Amino acid sequence: MKPEKLIKMANQIGAFFDAMPDREQAVAGVVAHIQRNWEPRMRSALREHVARNGDEALMPIVREALRIIQKGS
Amino acid sequence: MNEIDYGTPAITSDHEVTLHIDGVTVTVPAGTSVMRAAVKAGVMIPKLCATDSLAPFGSCRLCLVEIEGRRGYPSSCTTPAAAGMTVRTQTPKLAELRRNVMELYISDHPLDCLTCATNGDCELQAMADEVGLREVRYGMAGANHFTSVKKDESNPYFTYDPAKCIVCNRCVRACEEQQGTFALTISGRGFDSRVTAGQGESFMESECVSCGACVNACPTAALIEKTVIAKGQAEHDAITTCAYCGVGCGFKAEMQGNEVVRMVPWKDGKANEGHACVKGRFAWGYATHKDRITKPMIRAKTSDPWCEVSWDEAFAYAAKEFRRVQEKYGKNAVGALVSSRCTNEEDYLVQKLVRAAFGNNNVDTCARVCHAPTGYGLGQTLGTSAGTQTFKSVEQSDVILLIGSNPSEGHPVVGSRLKRRVREGAKLIVIDPREIDMVNAPHARATYHLKLRPGTNVAMLSALAHVIVTEGLVNEPFIAERCETQAYAEWREFSARSANSPEAMETVTGVPAADVRAAARLYATGGNAAIFYGLGVTEHSQGSTAVIAIANLAMATGNVGREGVGVNPLRGQNNVQGSCDMGGFPDIYPGYRHVSDNATRELFEKAWSVNLQANPGLRIPNMLEAALDGSFKGLYCQGEDPAQSDPNTQHVQAALAAMECVVVQDLFLNETAKFAHVFLPGASFLEKDGTFTNGERRISRVRRVMPPLAGKADWEVTLGLAAALGYPMHYEHPSQIMEEIAHLTPTFAGVSYDKLERMGSVQWPCNDKMPEGTPLMHVNAFVRGKGRFFNTQYVPTDEKVTPRFPLLLTTGRILSQYNVGAQTRRTENVQFYPEDVLEIHPHDAEERGIKQGDWVGIQSRAGDTVLRATVTERVQPGVVYTTFHFPESGANVITTDNSDWATNCPEYKVTAVQLVKVDQPSAWQKRNAREDEKQRKLLAGAARK
Repeated sequence: MKPEKLIKMANQIGAFFDAMPDREQAVAGVVAHIQRNWEPRMRSALREHVARNGDEALMPIVREALRIIQKGS
Repeated sequence: MNEIDYGTPAITSDHEVTLHIDGVTVTVPAGTSVMRAAVKAGVMIPKLCATDSLAPFGSCRLCLVEIEGRRGYPSSCTTPAAAGMTVRTQTPKLAELRRNVMELYISDHPLDCLTCATNGDCELQAMADEVGLREVRYGMAGANHFTSVKKDESNPYFTYDPAKCIVCNRCVRACEEQQGTFALTISGRGFDSRVTAGQGESFMESECVSCGACVNACPTAALIEKTVIAKGQAEHDAITTCAYCGVGCGFKAEMQGNEVVRMVPWKDGKANEGHACVKGRFAWGYATHKDRITKPMIRAKTSDPWCEVSWDEAFAYAAKEFRRVQEKYGKNAVGALVSSRCTNEEDYLVQKLVRAAFGNNNVDTCARVCHAPTGYGLGQTLGTSAGTQTFKSVEQSDVILLIGSNPSEGHPVVGSRLKRRVREGAKLIVIDPREIDMVNAPHARATYHLKLRPGTNVAMLSALAHVIVTEGLVNEPFIAERCETQAYAEWREFSARSANSPEAMETVTGVPAADVRAAARLYATGGNAAIFYGLGVTEHSQGSTAVIAIANLAMATGNVGREGVGVNPLRGQNNVQGSCDMGGFPDIYPGYRHVSDNATRELFEKAWSVNLQANPGLRIPNMLEAALDGSFKGLYCQGEDPAQSDPNTQHVQAALAAMECVVVQDLFLNETAKFAHVFLPGASFLEKDGTFTNGERRISRVRRVMPPLAGKADWEVTLGLAAALGYPMHYEHPSQIMEEIAHLTPTFAGVSYDKLERMGSVQWPCNDKMPEGTPLMHVNAFVRGKGRFFNTQYVPTDEKVTPRFPLLLTTGRILSQYNVGAQTRRTENVQFYPEDVLEIHPHDAEERGIKQGDWVGIQSRAGDTVLRATVTERVQPGVVYTTFHFPESGANVITTDNSDWATNCPEYKVTAVQLVKVDQPSAWQKRNAREDEKQRKLLAGAARK
C-alpha cells in the first residue's frame, strides 16, 4: 500500500466531513468511515507511515481521527 | 406463444363503466376503447392497425362495430366504451363490410404465403381467414404495391419489404410513441405509399436506432427479423431477462429446440412494457459465437500455452493454488470479484465462497467502478442503497432532472420513457457536459441544458440547493415531519452561503447563473419532480458527495415518497444492483449489513458453519495496490474484466501480472484472462436459471433456454471450486440458493421462485410486511427513520488542466456497444460502431490541425493512446469524449486512479489530457497488440492434458 495514496484517500474523507459544523461529529465521521471501510493492512500501513514520517501531510481532522483510531486499536 | 393483444392500451381511471358486447356484460375503466372492452369480455374484434402497445389510429376499418342508438359503423378501437352501451361485433352487415375491406387489402398483397417467413404468424393472413375472404374480385393485376419495389436489407437484423406492407402505420407509430425517434414516416400516396426511413434513406443510413419496435409492431412480413427469415418460426418460448444494462427488460426467448430464433420484448415485463433496444432485442448472437471457450484450461505461467483439462482437474488445480498462496502469504492474500452480469444466486455463492472458504472479506464487484457511490450516498441520506421508484413512475412526473446520464445510449428503454413523458408535457432539465440526445430529441426538447465543466457536479448541485434555500422554495413541512432537524439546519446554513450561489459557482461550472436559478426554480416548483442520474454523477472524486447532494435536493423539495418523484439511479450493468444486494462488497453481507455487526455475523456463521472475519476486506483498487506491494497474490474473477474496464490499465496489468493465481471465469478470453492461470468457462444468460435485480430493485427470473455450452452454469462452477477448496455447498437448483438468501436477508425474506413465477417480478424489500414487494420506497418515513441532510462542500478534483494537459477527457457509452464490448463486439452491432472514437470540438480540433477521421494521440498523466477524431459540437470547447468498448483503443490507459473519497469509485469522467495529431498507434497499443497476438496463439495451441 503506497502511503501517498492512503494519505490522499484519508484527506479526501477528511474533506467531506470537514464541512460539518459540529467538530466532534465530523471527526467521528472520519473515524467511522476508515474503520468501516479500510481493510486492516491499509489502516496499519497509514499508521506506520505516520509513526515514521509524521502526520504533516494529513488534514487536521484526519490527524484527530487517527489518534482516536489508534487509541481504540 | 402469442400473447393476447387487447388492441388499445390499458387506461387508468377512477371511474368504471359497464357495457354490453354481444350479450356479455363487461365493466372497464372509463376511457377504455370498445375494442379493449370486447377482448376483456372474451370477444375478439378483427383488427389490423390496432395493437395494444400503440394509441388507437382507426385507419384499417376492420374493427367496425354496431352500437345501439348510434348511426353508422364506428371503429371499435377509437370509440370509448360508455355506460350502458350495447355493442354488436358480428352482424351480416359488419361481415360484409370487413370482407370488402380485406378484399382490398389482399388485392394489393403478394400471395406468397407458403414461402413467407410469417406464414401462420401473420395478422393479415389471420384476418383474411377470420372475415371469411374467399375471392378477390379485383384480381392481382394493375397498379399495386408489390411489384417493382426494392427490399431494404441494409439493417443487419431486419428487413423491410414494401411489397408486404399494408400501410397500417403501426411501425411509424411505434417509432414515435414507443421509441421516440421519429425515424419513420409514410411517404407517397395511394399505391406509392411507402414506409420511409429518414429522408428516404435506407434504414441503416437513417436515424433509426434499431430498437425493433417497428418490427414488433408490423402485422405482416414487411418488417421482419432476419433470423426468422433464415430459421423459420419458433416452436416454444420462455420468459427471461436481458443481460445488458440495468433496466432489466423482460424478453420472450423464442426458440427452436435449443436455438434462439428471436428475442421479443415481453409486453408484461414491468421494466420495459414491451419495448427494447438494439442490444437486448438483437445482439444476443455472442452466446454462440465461435470465440466462446467451452473447456476449462490451466497453465503454470501466463507465458505458457493453455492446457485443456477436465472440470475436476481445473477445480483441483485452482484450489491447490489458492491454498498454496494462502499458506505462503497469509489468509488475506486472496480474494474474488463477483459479477454484475451473473445472477443474484451466483453472486451470493461467490461472496459466500470468499467469506467461508477463503476465510476473509476480500470480495468486490464492478459496482465499485460504477454505482458504489449510489449505495453509499443514498444509504447515508435515505437509508437504502437503491433507487426509490419504479421506472413507470415517471409517467406522473412534471419535471425530470437528468444529471450525468445519457439514457438514450446507456439505458435506451428508460430514455424512451423519459422522452415520451417530455412529449406529454413534462419539463426536462439536463445537466451534462455534452449535448446528449435528450437535450434536443424530436418533440422532446430540454427546457434547460446546464452544460457544466466535467468534475463540477457538486458545485452545480450546491448552487441549485442555494437557490432553493434562499428563495424560500424548501418544503418545510415535509422536512419538519420527515428529516433530522439539526442536520437540516446545518445544511440550510451551508447552502445559503454566498460561496454556494450560482453566481459564485459560475466560474467553476461555466454555466450562467441565471440558467441555474431558473432550473432550480423549475425543479422546486414545477410539480412532481424526479431526478435520474448515472455514472456521470458517480464516477468522480466526489461521486458520493454528488449522490448525497441529489438526495438533499429531493428531500428539501419534498420530492420523495410518492409517484412521479424520487431519486432514480440508472444502474450500469444488468445485475449491478443485485451484486451489491448480495453482499458483493468487502464490508457488507447480503442485505447491506456491515461485517462488524455481531448479530449479523453470527447469523451467517451459524448458517454457514464457519467463523467469519469482522474487519472489512479489500476493494478492487486496494486489491491491485496490495498485489503490487506483494500482499495480495490470488484472484477469482467471475464475469468481470478489470484489465479493460478499470482505470489506469497499465497499473491494473502490472497488478494482475504480480499475482500468482488468477482464475478467470468468463465466456471469452477477455483481457484479464491474458493474465490468468486457470480459465473456467462461463455460461451466458441463456444457459442458466437465476434472477437479476434491475435499477428499480426489481427481481426478475432468468430462465435457461439452452444447455450450458461448457456443461456447467456459473453457479455450478462456483460450487465445484468451493468443494475443491474443502467447503462443499449443496444446491441442486438456483431456487434453493434463493431460499437461503431469503432466509438470511430481511429485505429478501419474501422472495421465492414460486412468487416470481406468480408475479412475474417483485421489487425488494419483499417480506412479511410487504409480501408483494415495494415499488415505492420511503412513503411515509425514510428507511433510516428520519432523512439525513449532509453538507456537500465542493472539492475540486486533482485532475486539473494545465498548459501540459489543457483539455478534459470524459468517457461514456454508445447505444450499440456495451461496457467492455465482450458481448456486443461479437455481434453485428459492430456495424453501427466499429471502434472507439474521440469527440473533439471544432475549435480545439482546428487549433491542433486535427480533422475528421485523423489519428489523434491522447496523453494524460497516466498514459497515452491513439484514437480517430470525430469533430463535433456535441462536446464543449476544452472537453473531449470517448467510449471504452474496444480493448485495442486503450481508453483506460489514459484514465487515472483518482477515485471517489467514500467508495474508491474511479474518476473516469475527468482526465486532463493533451492531443496531438499522429500517424501511428501508441507504444502501449503496439505492445498490447503484440501481447494479444501472443495470448491468442497460446489459446490456439491449447492442448488436452
